[in-house]
Amino acid sequence: MSAPTLPAINSRPPGDLAIWFVIFAELLTFGIFFLSYGFTRAHNVALFDASQQLLDRRTGAINTVLLITSSYFVVRAVAAVKADDSRAAAHWLFAAMGLGAGFILLKLNEFAHGYAAGITLSTNTFYMFYLSLTVFHFLHVVVGLLVLGIIAQKAWTGGYSAAEHTGVETGATYWHMVDMVWIVLFPLVYVIH
Amino acid sequence: MQYQSQAVAKPYFIAAIGLFVGQILFGLIMGLQYVVGDFLFPAIPFNVARMVHTNLLIVWLLFGFMGAAYYMVPEESETELYSPKLAWILFWVFLVAGALTVVGYLMVPYAKLAEMTGNDLLPTMGREFLEQPLITKVGIVVVALAFLFNISMTVLKGRKTSVTMVLLLGLWGLAVFFLFSFYNPSNLVLDKFYWWWVVHLWVEGVWELILGALLAFVLIKVTGVDREVIEKWLYVIIAMTLVTGVIGTGHHYFWIGTPGYWQWWGSIFSAMEPIPFFMMTVFAFNMVNRRRRDHPNKVATLWALGTGVMAFLGAGVWGFLHTLAPVNYYTHGSQITAAHGHMAFYGAYVMVVLTLISYAMPLLRGRQANSNKAQVVEMWGFWLMTVSMVFITLFLTAAGILQVWLQRVSTTPMPFMQAQDQVAIFYWARELTGVVFLIGLIAYVVSFFVRGETKATAT
Repeated sequence: MSAPTLPAINSRPPGDLAIWFVIFAELLTFGIFFLSYGFTRAHNVALFDASQQLLDRRTGAINTVLLITSSYFVVRAVAAVKADDSRAAAHWLFAAMGLGAGFILLKLNEFAHGYAAGITLSTNTFYMFYLSLTVFHFLHVVVGLLVLGIIAQKAWTGGYSAAEHTGVETGATYWHMVDMVWIVLFPLVYVIH
Repeated sequence: MQYQSQAVAKPYFIAAIGLFVGQILFGLIMGLQYVVGDFLFPAIPFNVARMVHTNLLIVWLLFGFMGAAYYMVPEESETELYSPKLAWILFWVFLVAGALTVVGYLMVPYAKLAEMTGNDLLPTMGREFLEQPLITKVGIVVVALAFLFNISMTVLKGRKTSVTMVLLLGLWGLAVFFLFSFYNPSNLVLDKFYWWWVVHLWVEGVWELILGALLAFVLIKVTGVDREVIEKWLYVIIAMTLVTGVIGTGHHYFWIGTPGYWQWWGSIFSAMEPIPFFMMTVFAFNMVNRRRRDHPNKVATLWALGTGVMAFLGAGVWGFLHTLAPVNYYTHGSQITAAHGHMAFYGAYVMVVLTLISYAMPLLRGRQANSNKAQVVEMWGFWLMTVSMVFITLFLTAAGILQVWLQRVSTTPMPFMQAQDQVAIFYWARELTGVVFLIGLIAYVVSFFVRGETKATAT
């Protein structure tokens, strides 16, 4: 078995450098929110556990699968465009968008239920965090879908090639960030108690 | 100067600098009133000096923004201004209205001024920074809309660049958010809530777009770096500015009667606000390091770099100092706020307007750059004003920390005025550095009159 080859240390990160600044700021914001959640929960365990019980973990789990799978599709899209198959990349991106749209629909349903149950930012501290984090993340999924839509459309018209596909990598990187945040958010807010 | 109509920017810049001098004089008057309470009383009471100091700042920056737009937009759009005549008319209207307002502040008791100017019809006066009489406020809206019409029509008939798009977004936002100054509900919480939609969403929202556009324009010109590179970073910076700045409004909602979640939202998002400012600093230095030409106007580049650094320190770092709710619980409305206000306004908005004036004024006067001698004098102005502003900020911060301790943290809290007596030494130090600032400003003004051989004529 051959030793795995490591990427060159001085290689630039994929995508446009600017997106990494954006991702850094985004992760910092979410990170501070997560830490705030953790510290606040430590002082209100009973309240947090009781409120958490009312969340729909099953839909949350389905949403996790949807986002992870869509991220995989985006990986395939990047691979396709690197193989100079722009049309296949567009197909993968459309599929990823379909799963992202599924996430949006399930989430809207969840918000509608919460709204009907009278849950607001002022209900209690747990719901303040729950709504802030999930709505903030939801908006990122919406932006991510727009980004994927733009690069999918360009890929469809053959705008990328094996030589020049920074745009696809940039969009893909952003989508992975949205996915990754959810992977932390879901267990933290919905599951761990 | 590439387009004749750009010349209309010149009176705007001159008026801006003139009003800037007035602002600093009133700053010195009130700075002295901090320690010599009855100085110039009853002719100019403290509250009037303060009102003139802050209102002049806003008005001269608006003159600066308008002048900047009149200079930049024809060049960016590659066409003459839609109506230079309208720009001239608006200049006089705005200048006369602004001057009359200040005269009103100084000559008539404020309550009488309110009565004279129809405040009964629609009460909008008496609120910090929005003290202007109703007719002045209406005048500002009329001037702003006519100005925006002029600028927008120019952009529409010419080339559309990212710089002008960001500038227009900022200027339209400025006008739209000012409309909230007419909304004055009797509920104090709602009043304060929407008051910040003018004050905060100006300086931590749409004005930052104007700042970004002005800085990008000057950097494109003095560095010769590809427009695409500069525009890309401009977009990233303004996107982050808007996200952090808009929700960051929450840092004003901690203690005014709004729901508790604002303490979290305000703390977390405004803690992120230094990031776009830091990016702007990195951006400015990076572009200058990658420059493809050595522009003869060295001092404009100095102002541009200075804007990046000082905006980050004043708005970013000094803002962060007291933006977290648990800290702000103690520091709210203390001299720490004043320290932040001084350096942020100077670093972000004063400096960016001076950057643009520094770049554009020689061109408006028919040369690419001023003589070496004139530039050196202007650099003296830059350093004297900037360094003294750093010290004004440090002294006010020291005063603020001491004030917070004596008045709010100590086990035997002092009343407000007693605590003020204890920090007087810092107010004296601030006043002295304020005088140095004035000397810097005089050097800056003098630099416009320094002759000497100019290297090149305007292209």
